[in-house]
Amino acid sequence: MTISPVVLFWAAIFTSNILLSNFLGMCSYLSVSRELESSLGLGVAVVFVLTLTCALNWLVYYYLLIPMNIIYLQYIIFIIVIAATVQLMELVIERYTPALYYTLGIFLPLITVNCAIFGVALFMVIRKYSFIQTIAYAAGSGLGWLLAILMLAAIRIRIREKAIPAGLRGAGISLIVTGIMALAFLGFSGIVTVQ
Amino acid sequence: MLAHILSDIAAASAISSVLAIALVVARKYLNSYGDCRIRINDKRDLVVKGGNSLLSSLSEKGIFLASACGGRGSCGACKCKIDHGGGPLLPTEKPLLSVQEQKDNIRLACQIKVKMDMQIALPEAVFNIRKYKAQVIEITDLTYDIKSVTFQLLDPGEIDFKAGQYVQLETKPYARIKQTTMRAYSIASRPEDRDQIELIIRLVPEGICTTWVHKYLQVGEQVNMTGPYGDFYIRDSKADMIFIAGGSGKAPIKSMLEHLKVTGTDRHMVYFFGARTEKDLYLTDLFKSYEQVFPDFQYIPVLSRCDDGAEWCAKTGYIMPYIKEVLRDSRNTEAYMCGSPGMLEACKKELLALDVPNDRIYFDSFS
Repeated sequence: MTISPVVLFWAAIFTSNILLSNFLGMCSYLSVSRELESSLGLGVAVVFVLTLTCALNWLVYYYLLIPMNIIYLQYIIFIIVIAATVQLMELVIERYTPALYYTLGIFLPLITVNCAIFGVALFMVIRKYSFIQTIAYAAGSGLGWLLAILMLAAIRIRIREKAIPAGLRGAGISLIVTGIMALAFLGFSGIVTVQ
Repeated sequence: MLAHILSDIAAASAISSVLAIALVVARKYLNSYGDCRIRINDKRDLVVKGGNSLLSSLSEKGIFLASACGGRGSCGACKCKIDHGGGPLLPTEKPLLSVQEQKDNIRLACQIKVKMDMQIALPEAVFNIRKYKAQVIEITDLTYDIKSVTFQLLDPGEIDFKAGQYVQLETKPYARIKQTTMRAYSIASRPEDRDQIELIIRLVPEGICTTWVHKYLQVGEQVNMTGPYGDFYIRDSKADMIFIAGGSGKAPIKSMLEHLKVTGTDRHMVYFFGARTEKDLYLTDLFKSYEQVFPDFQYIPVLSRCDDGAEWCAKTGYIMPYIKEVLRDSRNTEAYMCGSPGMLEACKKELLALDVPNDRIYFDSFS
């Protein structure tokens, strides 16, 4: 049975959140989640880049890699496509929407090496998603990642002044918080499961 | 089999090349902002090609702002006032600008891309700054870790500077260092010698430029430098003067005193030089001889550690306690200091405590 793109979209946000259930895209999630403003900027950038690169990678995979019989090179090609797309996006945004560039564009180079982007591209291949499904899944994953980093940023701001043991400050407590968040998200898994 | 591998490689390369070409084309069309007009101080106009940083656009037109880090946004030397066309403050600039500077539209020229017509304000002295080609004509050891290097200016052949100002020396790539870098050094020679300048350079362990000067630079070699920069120079007044220097901080003070020797002065002057041990002292005879040249001058080396039998053991420890002894009228005293940030901070505190006016304390920090 093929899953409806709408279901995939919601599932990607809640039940199989790319960050909270697959633990992908952790590095920028941990390093940029100090402030709400920058978390939002990075999160929105991830949504855009993820959707765009996954659509491109789907086209590249089914119209270039399969006909040319070089599926085993997908890792390299996907990474090259992601890197080039992010750079192009940066150029376009800087040129045409300077305001957006200052809030969002400065995060783009960070995203090139975000493994969530690459992970979603690989999931779409393994799970044999259609083009529409891929877009829905990628957009959902991006929004899920945005949701996760916003939640972490909000929590980190609240616990900033609290008496946290010295050894756990920074990444330590953030990982614990993320673990509890992931447990909470398990509660959604009764709604729908996507594999 | 081989054909298979080759065709796969060709296919992968083709995909990558298409993307690379797309990027190059996009960069050419999207990153070009046409000709932009930069209006400076409301009277000078420059027309530059947009798309580069303001710092490099200005230097292309022969206007050199100070920049010790070479445009990486870490030194904060290239501050300038941008009234129009700078865009919003960038996260890369914020840490280097004070709240007041942010209010006054002060920005880092190396971080700002020229994308449209701009209006900026620069101090007039900046237009005197040029790029010089110079040849090393003499290298002398002053101590075990301090060298004096004299340059003959080739093009332009003369420099116009105030005693106490500095130049930025451009290093060449050597050993593991692949890039050129700029580092600031005070001019030690007097401004009257317009075709030659002397720099005094102390070897800093792991220092990119100082290692190059000490280990690689040879007599006869040609180098590039820009200058003069800085607002550390003698104020024209009748006030008493206290000079304080440490390490290679003697350079600007030497230039000042040699300049005063030419113009002549009867101002009350005391020169403290802080060094670790006796082997860190240099040019002692020269400065001692100035006690005969000027009617009212005293040179006082202060060693932090004094070995037995050393000659300069009269004053040891820190410089601060000795300042009080030479001060005659603190409200009418100017202080000129050059050295490490720690020493300057401590001496400034002492001077302020002794009632020397804050606006008469001038310094050039090694930071």
